[in-house]
Amino acid sequence: MMFDPMFDLGPYSNFIWPAYAVSAVALGGMTAWTLWAWRRAKRRLLALEKGAPESKS
Amino acid sequence: MKLATRSGGGAALALSFFALVATLVPLGIGADLKLLARVAGGILWVGAVLAALLSLDRLFQGDYDDGSLELIALAPLPLELTSFAKIAAHWLSTGLPLTVLSPLLALMFNLPGDATLTLFLSLLIGTPAVSAIGAIGASLTLSLRRGGLILPLIILPLLSPAVIFGAGAVAAKMDGFSPLGPLELLGAFSLAAVLLSPFAAAASVRLNLSG
Amino acid sequence: MQFLFRYANPAMFMRLSGAVLPYVAAATVIALTAGLIMGFQVPPDYQQGMTVLIMFIHVPAATVAMSAYGAIAVCSLLSLVWRHPLSDTAARAAAPLGAMFTALGLITGSLWGKPMWGTYWVWDARLTSFLLLLFLYLGYMALWSAIEDETKAARAAAVLALVGAVNIPIIKFSVDWWNTLHQGESIMSGNLAPVFLWPLLTMMAGYMLLFVTLWLIRIQTAIVERRARSLMQGPA
Repeated sequence: MMFDPMFDLGPYSNFIWPAYAVSAVALGGMTAWTLWAWRRAKRRLLALEKGAPESKS
Repeated sequence: MKLATRSGGGAALALSFFALVATLVPLGIGADLKLLARVAGGILWVGAVLAALLSLDRLFQGDYDDGSLELIALAPLPLELTSFAKIAAHWLSTGLPLTVLSPLLALMFNLPGDATLTLFLSLLIGTPAVSAIGAIGASLTLSLRRGGLILPLIILPLLSPAVIFGAGAVAAKMDGFSPLGPLELLGAFSLAAVLLSPFAAAASVRLNLSG
Repeated sequence: MQFLFRYANPAMFMRLSGAVLPYVAAATVIALTAGLIMGFQVPPDYQQGMTVLIMFIHVPAATVAMSAYGAIAVCSLLSLVWRHPLSDTAARAAAPLGAMFTALGLITGSLWGKPMWGTYWVWDARLTSFLLLLFLYLGYMALWSAIEDETKAARAAAVLALVGAVNIPIIKFSVDWWNTLHQGESIMSGNLAPVFLWPLLTMMAGYMLLFVTLWLIRIQTAIVERRARSLMQGPA
């Protein structure tokens, strides 16, 4: 029972594919943005901690 | 001391804006009288809401800027009561005049007489909610210099039930149904808004003062 | 309440969330993959073809959209009433995610509506209140950005979130209270056949887990950014 979605999603496939595409782009984009901001923040903190060790003491 | 009714100017501005909207829309839509009558409820309601919004950002701003808001907050009179008074003053200076003007503007939309009465009643019942919820927005944006821009964005979603029920009542009347259902819902919404907003507004004023 | 406050300080949160994050992320991937596989094996409907596939990405998005706002409302309450320190950060972090899920719910719903009911949009109670949810999110985010003082912004946003929270039950019960185009609850009433129910529940879990994963990461990001800012201002 392998699925063959590419070949026949019925008469409404013109609605199904865009819905999935938009969802994938939105969720993927949101994930990518979240991860990018996270890494950027950590990199910045690391750089600051290295460059200003005396701020703690 | 309670009711700072420096609001004469506010009424003129709101009324003019309201009248302008009521003039511009028929110019834009065209002279189809039947169509105008159908959209009258919605257009006039939206116009009234926007007109009432115009003077909202000044609701607390004047007292905030000259420092008297702090004194008011510390006064023995509860801030909630003062907020309620400000809401009442705002309604008297905008919502009520707008309501009174509305039958005249309804003429320009070819609204039948009984629907005009419905419109009048809906505005009478609903505009207090506009002032009340607007006060929440005004108190939240107190500390902003350009707060006037964000104020509509915050409170228009919260005001949509008023527009929906108010215009809906007029539409119901036009379609031959009783407008009582929407009007009752509108009344409940207004009552809740007027009773609860002073608390939210007072809380917002306090948090803006304590910074 | 004391229990919650033990985990309120940023360092503790970073440790806990860091430990939990890999599992939540993994669970997200598993749930979404499983859900998609199950979904695409569903038999076509006589009238609607395969449009039920859209349900598997529409309902989860809408559910998360509302849950995210609920989370923001709870955090706002914790912030205003109990002064829980991390709540403001958490609430602000959730907002863009919630807004995105709301937009996604609107778009997928629109694409589902056309084949199902013949129209991309209708102004019924549920769709209107769900659209309002999007505006509430935008207003919330705008208020946060507009007020410069962070403490003031946090409290103002919290008040706004709580005032707008009344919209959530309206969305939920709109299909019961008014005649809407949108169908009534089919999940809880047990009207959904298992072959459709399982993919739906799995996708819902996947979407929820995705939200939680991204939320935790965004809170961590905010904490890290705050630490960086205080370091920059630290040495006089």
